[in-house]
Amino acid sequence: MGEILSLASVTKSFGAVTVADALTYSLAEGEALGVIGPNGAGKTSMFNLITGTLPLDAGRITFLGHDVTRQNAAQRCRAGMARSFQVPQSFGGLTVFENAMIAATQGANLPGQEAEALCLDVLEQTKLMSKANVLASRLALLDRKRLELTRALCARPKLLLLDEIAGGLTDEECRSLIEMIRAIHVSGMSIIWIEHVVHALTAVVGRLIVLDFGKMIAEGNPKAVMESREVKEIYLGIETDA
Amino acid sequence: MSARDNYRVFRATRASRVAAVLGLAVLVLLFAAPWWAGRAELRLLGEIFLYLSLAMLWNLLAGYAGFVSVGQQAYVGLGGYLLFALTIFLGLHPVAAIAAAGLAGALVAMPVALLIFRLRGAYFAIGTWVIAEVFRLGFAQLGALGGGSGISLPVDAARSLAEGRDAREAVSYWLTLGVATAVITIACLFLRSRRGLALTAIRDNELAAGSLGIDIWRTKFLVYVIVGGLTTLVGALIFLQKLRISPEAAFSVNDWTAFVIFIVVIGGIGSLEGPFVGTIVYFLLREMLADLGAAYLIVLGAVAIAVMLVAPKGLWGLVRDSTGLRLFPLGYRTEPKEKKGA
Repeated sequence: MGEILSLASVTKSFGAVTVADALTYSLAEGEALGVIGPNGAGKTSMFNLITGTLPLDAGRITFLGHDVTRQNAAQRCRAGMARSFQVPQSFGGLTVFENAMIAATQGANLPGQEAEALCLDVLEQTKLMSKANVLASRLALLDRKRLELTRALCARPKLLLLDEIAGGLTDEECRSLIEMIRAIHVSGMSIIWIEHVVHALTAVVGRLIVLDFGKMIAEGNPKAVMESREVKEIYLGIETDA
Repeated sequence: MSARDNYRVFRATRASRVAAVLGLAVLVLLFAAPWWAGRAELRLLGEIFLYLSLAMLWNLLAGYAGFVSVGQQAYVGLGGYLLFALTIFLGLHPVAAIAAAGLAGALVAMPVALLIFRLRGAYFAIGTWVIAEVFRLGFAQLGALGGGSGISLPVDAARSLAEGRDAREAVSYWLTLGVATAVITIACLFLRSRRGLALTAIRDNELAAGSLGIDIWRTKFLVYVIVGGLTTLVGALIFLQKLRISPEAAFSVNDWTAFVIFIVVIGGIGSLEGPFVGTIVYFLLREMLADLGAAYLIVLGAVAIAVMLVAPKGLWGLVRDSTGLRLFPLGYRTEPKEKKGA
């Protein structure tokens, strides 16, 4: 299996606050990697750096064998990265279907009819078909999260970056989302998934990394990582299967 | 069976079809105006079309691309002066001069865009105004075009439109109707296209738009240049109606930007329907309050404040949010296909 993404000493700070401290790791094609860490550990910033919405101070990002460090977010999306935002960033004045069409026509660069067909398929997969004609600004939280996933999938990515997509959902909603993501992963998609809901993560990912103050402090098998001393220190008082 | 076989996607809704038929009927009626309207009404209609065009263009810029320009008078004035220069010095036919002005405006917009795209928000707005002032001061220096006191369009150039005053007024009127129709059509087709979809995404959320593969800078540049070119073209036509130009009139921030912003904001920024509503409201107010003198501007300001408080998305925003109505077939709708024999 080849490497799809690799970070080499990726560093970023805002003044005295370091959000990424020489992050170095790589992701194999088809792998699912989980990311945990306390609030403010730099998890979302890491996604911003990978996807190009935040420029690096130092380091290099390689995607599918190409150095993408200097590419902007749009170029990286067209190269095959798509993300869901922690705080849903829907196009509020457009319908769910139109939101999906933007990803399909711009990110995946598909012509009209093929884009429409892809959007229909993805909407069915993410269980949003019944809301296809609803304005995104009128959706409830679960549906907004599904829309984030829908849009990312409509960009036809090779690497899917999920940012706390299960956060704030009820157990039932969370379960259906996990099933959805598991199915996407089984179909061969490479995934990096940030989540506080650890049991959701461990149900899908095969490897876990832990961030704190922008540093990677642990990495490896999810079970072993959760039981390591460093992680227990950070999550003092939080049970591993919360 | 996958979803793509069970659902169909369409763009024109019943509302948009009705609107298209009504729109065409109104267009035919307006085309025939020289036979049913007097000279004063024709002039007023012509002015309405020109303001509708300016509003459509400013709306693309501010409502979609997020560029709140208060310097579009730079292009209106440029268009006016280009019309005079091209007809006086090169002997071009006024219609040819108007078309050439549109192209020249787009060319001028390119370096201007490179300059002001570095600015954001309020700085951008001020930057556009400064550029318009530079244009005004620059044209005031050109003695051949009347300098600071202005110049009239030579009688020959005006005559070349048509023989006789009535015919000239009619041709002039049709030009305004034609340009307004063209601007609306271009705006509609652009927003329906892939680029337009990208622009609408930028309107709603720039962060997400970039992350979904949209080249934000290039899309905005394209919009700025198209709007700059068309605003110049409209400007040339405006001064063909006026037959006289001076730097003060050509680069007036009140006439070519403030009133246009009023129209767009009142009508509903960020929608194609908004400028129509705003233009109607603006001209109704203006015609009703024409006798009030300066107090008219105070009333206009009060109306603007009231609408912004009650309906921040403008009057059309109010209608759209409560009914979901869209009159232009820009969007996408889906519905299950009829099952056959099942």
